[in-house]
Amino acid sequence: MRRGVCSFVLMAIGIAAVAMMGGGSRSSVAKAGQPPASNAEVKIDNFSFGPATVTVAAGTTVTWTNRDDIPHTVVSDDKVFKSKVMDTDEKFSFTFAKPGTYSYFCSVHPKMTGKVVVQ
Amino acid sequence: MTKRVKDEIVHDHNNDGVDRRGFLKCMAWAGTGALCVMQGGVLKSYSLSRLSDLGASATAGGELSFVQISDSHMGFNKPANPDVAGTLKAAVDKINGLSVAPEFMLHTGDISHLSKPEEFDTVDQILKGAKPKDVFYVPGEHDVLNDDGKQFLERYGKGAKGSGWYSFDKKGTHFIGLVNVMNLKAGGLGTLGHEQLEWMEDDVKHLKSSTPIVVFAHIPLWSVYPEWGWGTDDSAQALAYLKKFGSVTVLNGHIHQTMQKVEGNVTFHTACSTAFPQPQPGKADSPGPMKVPAEQLRSVLGITDVNYITGQHALAVVDSSLA
Repeated sequence: MRRGVCSFVLMAIGIAAVAMMGGGSRSSVAKAGQPPASNAEVKIDNFSFGPATVTVAAGTTVTWTNRDDIPHTVVSDDKVFKSKVMDTDEKFSFTFAKPGTYSYFCSVHPKMTGKVVVQ
Repeated sequence: MTKRVKDEIVHDHNNDGVDRRGFLKCMAWAGTGALCVMQGGVLKSYSLSRLSDLGASATAGGELSFVQISDSHMGFNKPANPDVAGTLKAAVDKINGLSVAPEFMLHTGDISHLSKPEEFDTVDQILKGAKPKDVFYVPGEHDVLNDDGKQFLERYGKGAKGSGWYSFDKKGTHFIGLVNVMNLKAGGLGTLGHEQLEWMEDDVKHLKSSTPIVVFAHIPLWSVYPEWGWGTDDSAQALAYLKKFGSVTVLNGHIHQTMQKVEGNVTFHTACSTAFPQPQPGKADSPGPMKVPAEQLRSVLGITDVNYITGQHALAVVDSSLA
């Protein structure tokens, strides 16, 4: 019985240690000169992406949030990324590893277009 | 119950062979009782009080009548209409209450809101309560989310070509169901695509020019308001194949309001939604659902009842609000 409790505690400590190491390695990457992992937001309101163009550093995760009463999608013109349909308040995220200009649109309402510029 | 409002338009393409370039664009809100009127022989309108006159002449010559419903958006539950099942049921009640029982129904798409199986199931269940048992569907963009229309085809596209287009004949009228919601391109409008256009050219090639044609598709096949995506990029090609015909009626949905236009021998007509209204073109920041006071909602939803009068080559289009 005592042994059982003991190993449970050890396991918990182990998980905590792994979590700390994970955090540590991320910050050391940033110190090595690469831009820190960051986030950017695009809101969908009134059948438009806002901002229509976001400029971000490589490694940035862009999150789209649909704030309309109508479902939308986020699909890149050359199919680099493609969301499932997003109902009201649903989100879609994509991490842009490589620099470039990514044009995208809503495949349900193709008049809705936007751009992610990754530097 | 509030009183029923009916707007009726008769398109008469029968009285001359002159190259009419008459053009009219007008617009009617189903709920306001506003009437679309055109003078000069192409299109006539009748007020509600004259409906009985038409009824008598129509039955004398033999007639085909059918109903168009559109944009049920089953699954939508936002404030613009928290009970889309209820308003679809009201539409069915209205269809069942028509004095001449329609032979069949056309559903011009956006059956579901999110392409979920249970949404389609609910619509199927409600429509089973309608007197007309045959329903002909074309998909809206909301019916083909996530799976490129696979589910739609399995449910409604038996015997259809490509992504769901087909044609059939009823009492001498040739009906063509088109799909313009697939493979939409960034910045573009609705699309029919090369394969479908080729099929359509072949489909109408051998028909006599006196055959009345009814084309139905979800997104308007005329440029209603391209800024909001209310049009179809390659519709002009489709309409070119129909030039030889004396009577062409195009029925669409998508824009959740009634609108009519007559151009040459083609009459365009869009139907109301049974779910929620959308703003008039350019009259709001976006084409999103329009919230109207609850007591007004049913006056801006509705069904379209179409009568084809044999021998007169005329189609009477009647929009009824659910109020």
